[in-house]
Amino acid sequence: MVAFIVRRVIAAVLMLAVVSAATFAIFFLIPRALGQTPEGMASRYVGRDATPEAIQGAVKRLHLDDPLIVQYGRFAKGIVAGEDYSLGPRKAECPAPCFGYSFNNNQPVWPTLLDRLPATMSLAAGAAILWLIAGVSIGIVSALRRGTALDRAAMTVALAGVSLPIYFTGLVSLSVFAYTLGIFPGGGTYTGISENPVAWFQALVLPWITLAFLYAALYARLTRAGMLETMGEDYIRTARAKGLKESTVVTKHALRATLTPILTIFGLDVGLLLGGAVLTESTFSIPGVGKLVIDAIRGNDLPVVLGVTMFAAFFIVLANLIVDILYAVVDPRVRLS
Amino acid sequence: MTTAPGSSAPDSFLELRDLRIHFPTEDGVVKSVDGLSFKLDRGKTLGIVGESGSGKSVTSLGILGLHKGGRAKISGEIWLDGEELVGASVDHVRTLRGKKMAMIFQDPLSSMHPYYTVGAQIIEAYRIHHKVSKQVARKHAIDMLGRVGIPQPDKRVDSYPHEFSGGMRQRAMIAMALSCDPELLIADEPTTALDVTVQAQILDLMLDLQREFNSALIVITHDLGVVAELSDDILVMYGGRCVEYGSAEDIFYRPEHPYTWGLLGSMPRLDREPTDRLMPIKGSPPSLINVPSGCAFNPRCAYEGRTGGKATTEVPQLAETEGGHLVRCHMPPAERRAIWENEIKPMLEST
Ligand SMILES: Nc1ncnc2c1ncn2[C@@H]1O[C@H](COP(=O)(O)OP(=O)(O)O)[C@@H](O)[C@H]1O
Ligand code: SF4
Ligand SMILES: [Mg+2]
Repeated sequence: MVAFIVRRVIAAVLMLAVVSAATFAIFFLIPRALGQTPEGMASRYVGRDATPEAIQGAVKRLHLDDPLIVQYGRFAKGIVAGEDYSLGPRKAECPAPCFGYSFNNNQPVWPTLLDRLPATMSLAAGAAILWLIAGVSIGIVSALRRGTALDRAAMTVALAGVSLPIYFTGLVSLSVFAYTLGIFPGGGTYTGISENPVAWFQALVLPWITLAFLYAALYARLTRAGMLETMGEDYIRTARAKGLKESTVVTKHALRATLTPILTIFGLDVGLLLGGAVLTESTFSIPGVGKLVIDAIRGNDLPVVLGVTMFAAFFIVLANLIVDILYAVVDPRVRLS
Repeated sequence: MTTAPGSSAPDSFLELRDLRIHFPTEDGVVKSVDGLSFKLDRGKTLGIVGESGSGKSVTSLGILGLHKGGRAKISGEIWLDGEELVGASVDHVRTLRGKKMAMIFQDPLSSMHPYYTVGAQIIEAYRIHHKVSKQVARKHAIDMLGRVGIPQPDKRVDSYPHEFSGGMRQRAMIAMALSCDPELLIADEPTTALDVTVQAQILDLMLDLQREFNSALIVITHDLGVVAELSDDILVMYGGRCVEYGSAEDIFYRPEHPYTWGLLGSMPRLDREPTDRLMPIKGSPPSLINVPSGCAFNPRCAYEGRTGGKATTEVPQLAETEGGHLVRCHMPPAERRAIWENEIKPMLEST
């Protein structure tokens, strides 16, 4: 088991290295390959109307005229060990993990990211709890009552849930519950939990429900399909042949097998959301990582986009790692291979 | 559907009377079992033989009551130790499962839960019917694993099914089925998934255990060779019905139904390639939605022309030919015996 974990951790680190190389390639190698000069790259750092001297300064400071492989080495080193951009009297130390500075406000990217993380985490965690409980239980009941009116109603709602985009359900819920009925506050009212827990909660209710609705619909369908498949397995027949009560057959034998793959998907989905719930955050104007990256893309803020990409990749790889290890704990067949 | 008027508890330990299990589906009614009757005493073994799709598994699951409460339409009677089970409640039949009657399935890998240890699954089976502590049940599980010939049972009890070889897994399945000393044991193709040498070991083991427990045993197979040494009686099934029934001697030395001849001719033999059968039955088993009219076997039968057109119009009755030997065929008994003696038997013996 220890060897297994060590193997997976090494694989995860390698994965991150690959992702960083790919990200670097997308943002630096491809533009250069398409004919962009170091000066052209540098002009994006210093603004549109910069003087040639300022551009040359940026090329020097950012080492944009180095061979790309050296630049990548510096990029990777910045993430791992930090980077010193000081040039002469201008001091600019960027501690690890360094993703450089935002074009828009010259703030270091990493602290900005950390600043945005609590909002994203609040959103993801609340929604995840909601959709896991709702989706899985609806899926189980639907499978066990297959073909009944209850099953059909649940699956119709679920189909709507997976088909309707977040910005639609989000805006509808805002207009009904916030602007018409006034039960919940409208968009852009997010408050940190440490500042005002009540306001934090109120501002997040609608985003939680909106985000959870989509995922709950997805999970209900997944769980139902998994449960139906499991109930047809030979070992379920064996459990019945032993004389087990049907309730025990379902809870002890069928659920165990159905929920294991769901757990995997759950881990990955949460990991994905921690890298920014882009649509939900922008619909409700929640200042999370997703909102940050949308604004950065609009503002051509390359270092921030790059930082968020790596940040999101980190969470996905981490989630993968945790899920792999958990899977080995719950499924004895995995440990061998 | 409760006990038919006038029917009463039989003397036999197990008796099926005109059992029918039909599944209504979108394509039509699947008549998986269509009027099956037989008797079985304690300490005796019945072999049920037929190609795949003839209704053997549905029969065995039906006896265990596993079709109850589903969409299956079940009629007829199943008498087990003086109790009628078709009319009994779902819950009551459940309490008999595992304890009074138990089952061994074809594919032991898919039939055991992949996430629980072999021991945990045997312990669970035992504790359904015995209110004992986990420790006591675990001792019992180890004991059972030892009795079915698993080496180091105190270690293997904590292994998962995928860590066992095929033969060991089937032994573990047997240990699980026998953990509550069932009086009726049904083995549905218990050796089909195993290679030939392991097959023989498992069959020997089942025979030993049956003697030891004095239970009634039903062995289901598509291969007559499997039941040759094991069975007291053999029931040949085709299209959800019994087409021939008799003692093992009747079936092997005096078979009278053309389908049984076909099964005998297509028995795999150790000295041949598995694909190299003497006399395979041409065609394939009938759909149980549209069973051929008249004799269900007529589209595949070489002697169909000898019944004066009755083969396609009239369903033959299962009639006694001699001393409890039953055959469902329109051909006169004398003609069937002549064909066996003069055509089929010499051909089987010559090869
Ligand atoms: N639950 C079910 N619903 C509908 N048809 C079924 C069901 N179970 C079995 N059958 C059909 O009954 C027939 C007999 O099946 P089975 O008893 O499994 O055959 P076998 O003799 O190979 O064990 C097959 O045609 C099968 O498709
Ligand atoms: S009744 Fe006719 S078709 Fe059917 S088995 Fe006998 S000979 Fe063949
Ligand atoms: Mg079968």
